[in-house]
Amino acid sequence: MTTPSARAQRRTATLLLAPFFILFAAVTLAPLVYAGWMSLFTTHTSGLGFGGTEEVFAGLDNYVRALADPAFRGGFLTIAAYVAIYIPVMIGGALVLALLLDSALTRARTFFQLALFLPHAVPGLIAALIWVYLYTPGLSPVIDFLGAGGLDIDFLSADNAVFSAANIAVWEWIGYNMVIFYAALKAVPTEALDAAKIDGAGQIRTALSIKVPMIRPAIALAVLFTVIGSVQLFTEPKVIYSASSSIGSSWTPNMFVQTAAFTHNDFGLAAAASLLIALFAALLSFLVTRFSRSRSKP
Amino acid sequence: MTRVAPAGSRPAPERTDRSRTDKPRPGRRGPGNRPSVLLSKAGVTAMLGLAALYTLLPMLWLVLSSTKSRQDLFATNGFAPGKDFALVDNLTYLFEVDNGIFLRWLLNTVLYAGVGSLLATVFSVAAGYTFDKLNFPGKEKLFSFVLLGVMVPGTAMAIPLYLIAAKAGLVNTFWGVFIPGLVFPFGVYLARVFSASYIPDEVLEAARVDGAGELRTFCRIALPMIAPGFVTIFLFQFTQIWNSFFLPLVMLSDKDLFPVNLGLYVWYSSALSQGHPQDYLLAIVGSLVSVVPLVVLFLMLQRFWKSGMTAGAVK
Repeated sequence: MTTPSARAQRRTATLLLAPFFILFAAVTLAPLVYAGWMSLFTTHTSGLGFGGTEEVFAGLDNYVRALADPAFRGGFLTIAAYVAIYIPVMIGGALVLALLLDSALTRARTFFQLALFLPHAVPGLIAALIWVYLYTPGLSPVIDFLGAGGLDIDFLSADNAVFSAANIAVWEWIGYNMVIFYAALKAVPTEALDAAKIDGAGQIRTALSIKVPMIRPAIALAVLFTVIGSVQLFTEPKVIYSASSSIGSSWTPNMFVQTAAFTHNDFGLAAAASLLIALFAALLSFLVTRFSRSRSKP
Repeated sequence: MTRVAPAGSRPAPERTDRSRTDKPRPGRRGPGNRPSVLLSKAGVTAMLGLAALYTLLPMLWLVLSSTKSRQDLFATNGFAPGKDFALVDNLTYLFEVDNGIFLRWLLNTVLYAGVGSLLATVFSVAAGYTFDKLNFPGKEKLFSFVLLGVMVPGTAMAIPLYLIAAKAGLVNTFWGVFIPGLVFPFGVYLARVFSASYIPDEVLEAARVDGAGELRTFCRIALPMIAPGFVTIFLFQFTQIWNSFFLPLVMLSDKDLFPVNLGLYVWYSSALSQGHPQDYLLAIVGSLVSVVPLVVLFLMLQRFWKSGMTAGAVK
């Protein structure tokens, strides 16, 4: 029953899908499978290291080792602490800024949108470099300024590093999320706002009781996307790490992976840990997709 | 930046802003609407202004520091201009040091991010269009593979990619960083959404009735119609590749292959670990030089990133 047109469509479909799927197989599926395979082996050094190495099947041993390693688990604790600071500050800040921008009072909307969004145009690594300079005693005008006010803060100490890393991320993402929330606020029906006004609700009351609940789905999605991004945290901690000896080389899970692979040459462990991180992030992404689907079907 | 903003603006939200801001609100001075000090015009502007200071001051620091001599960098306040205006000297030094390696890094980045995301966008749009407009067996099953790709996180894939690249002999080659950038599953997803909203089915039907082949219809009719979506997807992938750091870090050891990010990081960490004060300055000036084109790009294309962000986030 295939008509010539259906056949033509199928042929074109194959042609147009081929580049993406061939590359997708090479860049996503093959590495996943190969890393999965590698994660089942460990390298044994025979003798005193002179006899060469051999790959030994280890089953799930690498996964057990990763999960049992305090350094790996500590990485997730770092992420948890980081998220606990970062999410409320960044999401809350972006929300307040979006509401301010949305309030009829604001002039120069375009300027503020651009000024607040601008850091997002700065690559994460450069953002981290800028801020770590601003955290470095002797270089930083911020430290000088605080010191003049009698405040001595070591931004790079072990206790403060989580805050310092979170601040870099807030700087990069607050404007981005503000633009998203602002766009969502525009979709709030005018009637609802007018009704609130007629009922005598003030600006703050309208914001808290009408606007925020109506854009809650956008906020929840932003939170989940931010958590997924945080699980993969690497660039900022890596830059802080090179400036400060106070945090370890396995401060975040991805740093643990890099250390396992290139400092200890333990590729089986690195592969297993990578896959655990990927799995964890993929589970979170799955939640996001489920969440946004169930939302779009009213 | 204040000067650039209005010129490059025409922002989408303002246009979609329906009556809410254009019309004066009748109830503004109503009884329940007593504005507190914080919510006065000045109060709101002041709060937004504070936030803008937070985002702009570090950029100002970067610009000012790039104009300072090495002595001034360490001796003067970061938010004040230096005694000497050394921007030209710094730029000359930046592009001359190590036989002009910085220019090479910039060119590499343009290849990785520019060419890479251009190709990735072509592949994504072709696939997204196919999923939206063409009929073939197993369509939705295949599309769920794309969604799987969206869920696999980029940074966590660096080591698996390294392992497979090692197997394929691509470690420490241009291709080891370039090829992964060609795949952008989220772009396929976006392209399908854009195709559905930008390309009316009737137009394709008309083209088919006129006897245009499927491929010709895609190239001549669909591609021009989806152009704004194309730019959006390109911008997304471009930023992603330009931002990537973990992958080049594990994949490359040959300095000549570095993207700018990795080069700056190496300068920065050698400034710290080996006490090369001149490398501090290089990392700062190099950062400025690589940020400026991005900022200009974002200002020029803001209509597209705004629509893309909302299409991506508020599905």
